[in-house]
Amino acid sequence: MERTQRLRVTFAKGEEVKYISHLDLMRLWERALRRAGVPLLYSKGYNPRPKISLAAPLAVGITGQREIMDVSLERPLAPLDFATAVKRQLPAGITLIEVQEVYVTLPALQTLVQSTHYLATVDTSEETTDVEVRVASLLRAEHLRRRRREKEYDLRPLIEELWLEATDEDQCTLGMKLRAGEGGTGRPDEVLAELGLTDQVERITRTQIHFAPAGET
Amino acid sequence: MVSVDATALGSTLPQVVKPARYTGGEWNSVVKDWERTPIKFALAYPDVYEVGMSNLALMILYDILNQQEDALAERVYTPWVDMEQAMRASGIPLYSLESRHPLHEFDIVGFTLPYELNCTNVLTMLDLGGIPLLASERNDAHPLIIGGGSGTYNPEPLVDFFDLFVVGEGEEVILELLQLYRDCGENRNRYLLRAAETDGAYVPSLYEVTYSDDGTVREVSPTHESAKPSITKRIVDSLPPPPTKVVVPFVQAVHDRATIEIQRGCTQGCRFCQAGMIYRPLRQRPQEEILAAADKLLAATGYEELALVSLSSCNYTGIEGLVEQLLARHGPTYTSISLPSLRMDSFSLRLAEMFHGRRKTGLTFAPEAGSERLRRVINKNLNHDDILSTAESAYNSGWHRIKLYFMIGLPTETMEDVEAIAALVNELRAVGRRARGKKAELNVSVATLIPKPHTPFQWIPLEDRASLDEKHHVLRNQIRGRGLKLSWNDPQTSLLEAALSRGDRRLGKVILHAWQAGARFDAWSEALDTQRWWQAFSAQGLDPAFYARRERPLDEVLPWDHISAGVSKEYLVAELRRSLAEEATLDCREGSCRTCGILETFHRDPEAMQQGRWGCVGVQQSAQ
Repeated sequence: MERTQRLRVTFAKGEEVKYISHLDLMRLWERALRRAGVPLLYSKGYNPRPKISLAAPLAVGITGQREIMDVSLERPLAPLDFATAVKRQLPAGITLIEVQEVYVTLPALQTLVQSTHYLATVDTSEETTDVEVRVASLLRAEHLRRRRREKEYDLRPLIEELWLEATDEDQCTLGMKLRAGEGGTGRPDEVLAELGLTDQVERITRTQIHFAPAGET
Repeated sequence: MVSVDATALGSTLPQVVKPARYTGGEWNSVVKDWERTPIKFALAYPDVYEVGMSNLALMILYDILNQQEDALAERVYTPWVDMEQAMRASGIPLYSLESRHPLHEFDIVGFTLPYELNCTNVLTMLDLGGIPLLASERNDAHPLIIGGGSGTYNPEPLVDFFDLFVVGEGEEVILELLQLYRDCGENRNRYLLRAAETDGAYVPSLYEVTYSDDGTVREVSPTHESAKPSITKRIVDSLPPPPTKVVVPFVQAVHDRATIEIQRGCTQGCRFCQAGMIYRPLRQRPQEEILAAADKLLAATGYEELALVSLSSCNYTGIEGLVEQLLARHGPTYTSISLPSLRMDSFSLRLAEMFHGRRKTGLTFAPEAGSERLRRVINKNLNHDDILSTAESAYNSGWHRIKLYFMIGLPTETMEDVEAIAALVNELRAVGRRARGKKAELNVSVATLIPKPHTPFQWIPLEDRASLDEKHHVLRNQIRGRGLKLSWNDPQTSLLEAALSRGDRRLGKVILHAWQAGARFDAWSEALDTQRWWQAFSAQGLDPAFYARRERPLDEVLPWDHISAGVSKEYLVAELRRSLAEEATLDCREGSCRTCGILETFHRDPEAMQQGRWGCVGVQQSAQ
């Protein structure tokens, strides 16, 4: 039997498709890959599913600049050939950035995710309070108790970094590095809500997903 | 003209459930150059995106229209209640998914009318799209509003809102209406007068309806020489090749799969079934065409499931070989094949075995009635032993859940017949438990018969509330226990559905009133408020029971009598009489022709019909 292969795909999820959900995106990929005719590896059992995994769900309404997905194939295919076949099958808004072969034996992609980077642009044209002040006071807090879906949690430990990336006359951009994975996942909209900026949000984009260095898991 | 403001949309979409319903951009959607394409057609479906995207008719028309160089077709669905409110709050008009143009900027808006309870959604879409609701208030500056689909077999309750209806199959007539638009589209009145002369087209403003003192229709008469006294549905002689480059939604559709219509029409002649009457004659798609279409469709969509749809797919000649070939071709890429409707016999079960493989979850069957006597009344020719043995082999060969559809409120039905449903269910439950132990499940759905126009039951009344309640009570008492699940229709909803489907022109004001009072998505139990409707009826001095629960004499002028499905009234009357005499009628493919009238209506050359693979025995006989 030929060896199987695992490809790590980096792609962007743009404005056109930012409102589709995580499950929608999974279906989108499955169908695009089937159209491309790449030899997907399916799970065994009563209900065979293709082995496709996305590193970290992206909330509805947020774009992603470097989203990561692992795709398993039942036989090896040159990453370039994979990319050529798949690119033709992608709807507007999904852009293939990079395809790399990774070890089949690596742990599941989702278990490797440690943190994610976001940039959030907020409208400050009618804002009197300085965003910088709000950021500083948020970072000083030891705990930030919030409720989400009826559950109370502490947002503070999920915020690894929060900074002002850029400001101009009527808007500013916040950068944040949020924890992701088993210890809890920080959500950018929750951070913005804590800052009292929910109504001013213009756009949010995830710029990066950080993984644990190989060997640490 | 500009498309809908992106900024307003950007602040609206994050507030609503499933915003991707409203953003388009799906794979295979067709976005033509708005400025350079002269004729702009909106295809509208009066329900939420996920339901509308499962409709094959709309996809067929989308494909046909977009193949025309000088025309574009774009889709539009009903925004859910939250989106409607958000759009009104920020002044966003209803827009098409492809180019995001407001509905009022299109030349023609074609609605598919699948179900009576969607009617208020049509009003929502017109209003939100910036189009006056009443046809009488529209002028040359407004789009033409056309209705098609099974709802047009009694279009009367909707005539106030539509300029034109197309009765029957749309594949050919849509192009004729498009050509007419090229010729005289700029002048609404001229267009409608010429459209009225087109076969299958019905321009309701060219007819006058008079009523007798007892409230029944006295006469429906044309008021213009262009208007035909009777409008006969359109059919295609043989099915055009199925669309293969269909839109693949991002949001999961109700039927989230590739679909090929393998045949149209049905020969079984179930007397309650409107589809079985109005989609005659049976036309089969050749197997080679299905196989070729499946290859293209799966390659163009990436779907992992292919459904072979029709009113009774098990009756497709050579279905076993077809499924075998499809599985051989597409099984290796993990594509599953499904048939949405199964007969309750060993043949169907064998088919199900073939396409389910090891994945055995649930099977669905429709015995429709509990007693053999009542099954003869409705002409659902299934016997008790077949039902039992099919269920037994299904459970034995690994299925653990069976879903059964029944109906109550059938003519001549007694409490014994209702108890027979419960007895049958309990018998099947015992079969299941013997085969599968506690894992065996039986889901029982009991619908109320809505006697529909153009069926042999069109004269009989909807069962009254008290006896429906009593029958529901009996069923609830007798169908209970582990592994059994029972569901039934709300009698108030049935009353509304029956009144709307059997109504006349006066219901237009009721629909408008109910919509103004807030009626939306009435086909969704969570949104329906029947009280609102009863108030709307009484405000117009009308009684829903007059339409729904009155037995109509055979000589009464029915509001839909000027619309013909090609099946003769004599045949419907004869079938009603046979029904009451408990006489079964054979499938149209067995014995001799039942002379339903379809052959006489479409007196086509028998040889051509043979080539079109008309599936009734009359064709074979006349061809010899």
